[in-house]
Amino acid sequence: MKTAPTHLNGITVAVLLTAGLTTGCQQKVDDSVVRIGSVAPLTGMQAHYGKDNDNGARLAVEELNARGVVIGGKKVTIEVLSEDDQADPRTATIVAQKLVDKQIKGVIGHMNSGASIPASKIYHDARIPQISPSATAISYTAQGFDTAFRVMTNDREQGKVVGEYAVKKLGAKAVAIIDDRTAYGQGLADEVEKTVLLAGGKIASRQFTTDHATDFTAILTAIKATHPDLVFYGGMDPQGAPLVKQMRNLGIQAQYLGSDGIKTLEFLSLAGKDGDGTIASMPGLPLDKMPGGKTFSDKFTAHYGPIQVYAPYAYDAMNVMVAAMVRAGSTDPAKYLAELHTIHYSGVTGDIAFDHNGDIKAAAITLYQAKNGKWEFLETITSNGEAK
Amino acid sequence: MDIFSQQLINGLVLGSIYALIALGYTMVYGILGLINFAHGEITMFGAMVSLAILHALLLHTGLPTAMIFALALLGAIGFCMALGFSIERVAYRPLRNAPRLAPLITAIGMSIVLQNTAMLIWGKKFLSFPDIIPIQRYQIAGANITNLQVAIIVLAIVLMLGLWTLIQRSRLGRAMRATAQSPELAALMGINPNRIISATFMLGAALAAIAGIMVNAYYGPAHYTMGFMLGLKAFTAAVLGGIGNIAGAMLGGLVLGLIESFGAGYISQLSGGFMGSNYQSVFAFTVLIIILVFRPSGLLGERVGERV
Repeated sequence: MKTAPTHLNGITVAVLLTAGLTTGCQQKVDDSVVRIGSVAPLTGMQAHYGKDNDNGARLAVEELNARGVVIGGKKVTIEVLSEDDQADPRTATIVAQKLVDKQIKGVIGHMNSGASIPASKIYHDARIPQISPSATAISYTAQGFDTAFRVMTNDREQGKVVGEYAVKKLGAKAVAIIDDRTAYGQGLADEVEKTVLLAGGKIASRQFTTDHATDFTAILTAIKATHPDLVFYGGMDPQGAPLVKQMRNLGIQAQYLGSDGIKTLEFLSLAGKDGDGTIASMPGLPLDKMPGGKTFSDKFTAHYGPIQVYAPYAYDAMNVMVAAMVRAGSTDPAKYLAELHTIHYSGVTGDIAFDHNGDIKAAAITLYQAKNGKWEFLETITSNGEAK
Repeated sequence: MDIFSQQLINGLVLGSIYALIALGYTMVYGILGLINFAHGEITMFGAMVSLAILHALLLHTGLPTAMIFALALLGAIGFCMALGFSIERVAYRPLRNAPRLAPLITAIGMSIVLQNTAMLIWGKKFLSFPDIIPIQRYQIAGANITNLQVAIIVLAIVLMLGLWTLIQRSRLGRAMRATAQSPELAALMGINPNRIISATFMLGAALAAIAGIMVNAYYGPAHYTMGFMLGLKAFTAAVLGGIGNIAGAMLGGLVLGLIESFGAGYISQLSGGFMGSNYQSVFAFTVLIIILVFRPSGLLGERVGERV
C-alpha cells in the first residue's frame, strides 16, 4: 500500500478501466453461455473421421439446447468451439492452449491418441476436464491426470481381444504385424504382439510404416517372404485400405485383420473387392445393438449423412459432460470434475461410468468382417473392464 | 532371391513414376532456373480430373471401358497442360525478371492455392480408382508382377524415349535447347522464348498428369494432399540425377525408387531391428545427402551446355 500509485497518468487509468470493463462483460456472457471445445482433425488425411466426431458432439449440443439445459437453477446455452488439430501432436497443443485461453469449461476430444496425449497435459494444468470419444492408446489415461477421460474401451482390451481372436478363433500360427508408429497404431500393435505370443502364436514379421505413406510394397514383400497366416495392421484407413490392395497384388493371401481405425465406410470404398474378407475390431457394441443406436443413427443421418465411425461416442461424451455439470449444479470445472468421476450415465453407446484412471468401466469389443461392401457383425466380446 | 527380384520390380514401378514427375521439374529448371513447386499439385490434378471423368462416364454412358479410360487419360492430360500453361502465365511470367526469390515464393503460393482448390472441388475424402483394369498376375523369377506394373514401367519408358527424341531431334526440341542456353540469343535467331517456355510447362504437366493417374491406379486413393510428398520425392530425384539434366531426372527417379524399395525391405535386417521400414524416406534422403556431398551437381551433373 505504501507504493500506492500517486502518479498514475490518464492513460494507465483508462487502460485499467477498459480492462475492468472487458472482464465484466465476459463474466456476464459466461453466465448463460457454456463454451465447450470440440477438437478433431478437420483438414488433412483424417478429416473424414474428424468431421464425424465434431458432428456427433454438435448433434448432442443442438438437442440439449433445444430441450433447455438448467444448471444450478439457471438456464444456459451451450456453445461448441470446434478446433482442427490436423491429427498432429504439435498442432494439438496449440489448439488446446487456444481453447484454454478462450475459457472453455470442458473439451470433447481429441480424436487421435497421438493428439490427445500431449493436449491432455495442457487441459490438466488448466484444470479443464477432457473426454475423448475415440483416443484408445493406453498411455492417454495412464499419465495420472484426473482430468482425462474416455468413453471408448482402450487398446489394452482391444489388443488382447484381437490377438486372442487371431490365434484361437482364426487359427493363425504365424502373424505379421504392421503399424503406423502413431501412439494409437503402435500401442495397439504392441498389445496384439504380446497377446499373440501368450496365446501360442508366433510373430512372423514386424514392420512399420507412417501415417502419411502410400507405398507399402517394399514392407509387404519382406512380409511375404515369411509366409504369415495373418497380417495385422494397426493404423487408420488411408493406409489400411491401399495396404490390403497392394497385399493382394503381391499375391499374399493371408487373412487381413485390423482395428477400429479401418472399420470405416471409407475403408470399404477404398479397398473395393480386395477389402472383402477383412476382419476388424471395434470397441463397443455394434450400432444396432447399442441401447440408443437406431434413434441416434436416424437423427445423425438426417442431419449430416452416414456415420463414419466414432460419432455416437462424441455424442455420448458431450452428453456425459453436460450431465455432470447439471448434477454438480455448476459449470465450474473444479466442481463438476468430481461428478464425472462418479457419474453413471446411460448413453446411446451403452452405460458410461469411469474407473479411477478415467477409462470406461464396461468394456466390449466387437468384431466385424467386410463382405460385399458391408461390415457384417461377427461377435461381441465383453469383459467387466476391472481386470486391467 | 525372390524377395530381391520382387523388391526390384517394386522399385522400378515407384522409380518410373518418380522419373516422370521429376522430368517436369528438371525441364523447367533447365530453361528458367526456377523450381516449380506447384508441379506436385499438377500431378494431383491429373489424378483428380481423370477420376472425375471416369466416374462421370462410367455412370452416365455405356461406352466400352477401354474407351472411357482413354478419354479420361486424354482429358486429364489436356486439363493439366492447360493448367501448366496458366500457372506459368499467371504466376511466373510477370516475375520473369524479378529477383530469384520472388518466383519461388509464388510457386509455393500457387501450390497452396491449387491444393485448396482441389479440396473445395473434390472434398477431403479419399477417392479410389474404379475397378476397371482387370488385374492379371504373373510369376517371373519368383516375383509377382501384375499387368498394371508392366504397363506402368513400359509406358514410362516409352514416354521418356519419346521425350528424349523430341528434345534431340525435333524443331521444338532444338528451340528448347537453344532457349535453355541463352534466351536472348535464341530470340535473336527468331525463336519466341515465351512460346518455348509455355511448351516446356505443358510438356512437363502432361507427364505429371500421366504419373498422377498411375499413382491413383496402382498405389491407391487420390487425395488433395497427395501432390506434396510426390512432388518432394520427384524433386529429390531430379536433384539426385542432376537438376536441369533430362537423362539425370530419369536416372534419379529410378535410383530413388530402387533405394526406397530396397531400403524399406532390408533396413530392419541391416540395422539389426534398430530401424524399421518407417525409415524408408530417411534412408532415401540420407543417400541423397551422401551423393550430393561427393557429387554436388548430382549423378549425371548439371550439363549446362545441353540442359533443357
